[in-house]
Amino acid sequence: MAMSQINHKTTEKNSTDIGSAVSVQNISKNYGDVEALRDMSLEFPRGQLTSLLGPSGCGKTTLLKIIAGLLEPTSGHVEVNGINVSGPGPDRAFVFQDFALLPWATVLKNVAFGLQMRGVAASEREAIAERYIKSVGLAGFENSYPHELSGGMRQRVGLARALSVDADVLLMDEPFSAVDEQTRRKFQEDLLSLVRDENKTFIFVTHSIEEAVYVSDQIAILLPRPSRVSEIIRPSSFRNKGVDNIRRDSEYLDIVDNIWSSLRTYVE
Amino acid sequence: MYIFGYRLPGMSSLVVWGFLWEMIGRADVTFFVPPLSEVFTTLYSIIGTVAFKNALAETAYAFSLGVFFAVTIGVIIGILMGKNRLLDELLLPWVNVFLSAPLTALVPVLMVLFGFGMKSIIITTSLFAVWIIILNSRAGVKQINRSLVEMANSFGASPIDAFFKIYFWAALPEILGGVRIGIIRAVKGVIIGQLLISIVGFGALFELYSANFLMGHFWAVLLVLFGLAFSISEFLAYLERKVAYYAAKR
Ligand SMILES: Nc1ncnc2c1ncn2[C@@H]1O[C@H](COP(=O)(O)OP(=O)(O)O)[C@@H](O)[C@H]1O
Ligand SMILES: [Mg+2]
Repeated sequence: MAMSQINHKTTEKNSTDIGSAVSVQNISKNYGDVEALRDMSLEFPRGQLTSLLGPSGCGKTTLLKIIAGLLEPTSGHVEVNGINVSGPGPDRAFVFQDFALLPWATVLKNVAFGLQMRGVAASEREAIAERYIKSVGLAGFENSYPHELSGGMRQRVGLARALSVDADVLLMDEPFSAVDEQTRRKFQEDLLSLVRDENKTFIFVTHSIEEAVYVSDQIAILLPRPSRVSEIIRPSSFRNKGVDNIRRDSEYLDIVDNIWSSLRTYVE
Repeated sequence: MYIFGYRLPGMSSLVVWGFLWEMIGRADVTFFVPPLSEVFTTLYSIIGTVAFKNALAETAYAFSLGVFFAVTIGVIIGILMGKNRLLDELLLPWVNVFLSAPLTALVPVLMVLFGFGMKSIIITTSLFAVWIIILNSRAGVKQINRSLVEMANSFGASPIDAFFKIYFWAALPEILGGVRIGIIRAVKGVIIGQLLISIVGFGALFELYSANFLMGHFWAVLLVLFGLAFSISEFLAYLERKVAYYAAKR
């Protein structure tokens, strides 16, 4: 593999002045009496993967949907590429925890759906969709229906759909939580190469500590009651050691341990 | 059903009932039930007549327009009610009232409002069919997976896009079920309309035959009507089965 390229990228990432693709400023969100988020601020560096990690119910999905423009914050605002978010936009694409595929449509139609909503002509969007179906490894399944696919394959469809609209920012809500462990590991490796190859900013929600540490350039630990960012961790040394060595790396193991000790008090 | 290990084709029981009918007819129990064979020969003799063809055309016209309006209005209102809480609270009581109301009693009111012609018959037909279509479409939308809606929104779907590309398809299995029941009710509606409003179409034939005790003719027309309603309903049931593969996993 082109080691030099990775090293180059790593040094680039270590420089602090990359700039933020997404900037969350003083966001609060109440659902009636439930205070889901309180005065939360967070920066998401461009071209990197940031994980939102925390126990369930701490507001990860809420934050992600506010960034997506699917939910209105009670107060505060979100900027994407310096522009205030007031709703969904072509600069962001969402990957859903439950895949959110149209069960009545083929894989091809599902992947092309985002492009269709953006007014791309049928022949063009199907050509693009076919390309992305191939790139996620589903070539040959273009005319299958979602119920004919395994969970892992379905999420690949969801991923291809999000990639095909070529948004700057990819929002992923626990995308691998509904797939089996082996598939999940493969997904995590693929995600690393995706972050490396595509010039996109990834915001990745997970409740798995190992997963967050494995895939992230930056991990934001969220804690509940009141919901807040308790810590931001930036793994530095193991990203360029190759996918096979990460889980043995001592920094990787230390970070996993540290996160666990700060989260364990919140697990009942 | 299986008998002696042989699988009987669907509707085999009709043979039994047909046989029983023939027997009762032959036994001359009542003038009301002529033998089935006689009904069929009568059917054969009247099916080519101008009177029958006119009646069929008039009934088919009123029926198809009535069903068309019922389906269009019913599906749109039903989906909007499923989407919109306010509209739902506003309309649901009325839909439920009309669903179970004796609509026949309303027909005289329709005659006052819309006259004694085809218009009133078509409206009667729609009125019989529309409520169950509304209710079913609404139920179809109610059980939609919220993340499909969010997905569409996240890709910038307009409300029109969401309506036709998400809600309609998600509710389609229930919509087809509603249309199927609605159409059976519309058959009732069109005949009642033709009997009460202006004596035309099959309604006129029923009136004529029963007034003259032509029971063979009466049953023949009823069989035609039953056959038509049954075919349409079976066709819709077939469409329902075609979308059933996703009805369970939306
Ligand atoms: N639509 C809603 N209505 C009311 N409360 C909600 C709603 N969505 C989420 N919540 C509450 O907000 C909090 C954060 O939820 P969520 O963002 O889904 O957390 P997470 O994704 O981290 O599990 C939870 O306490 C949850 O019960
Ligand atoms: Mg969540």
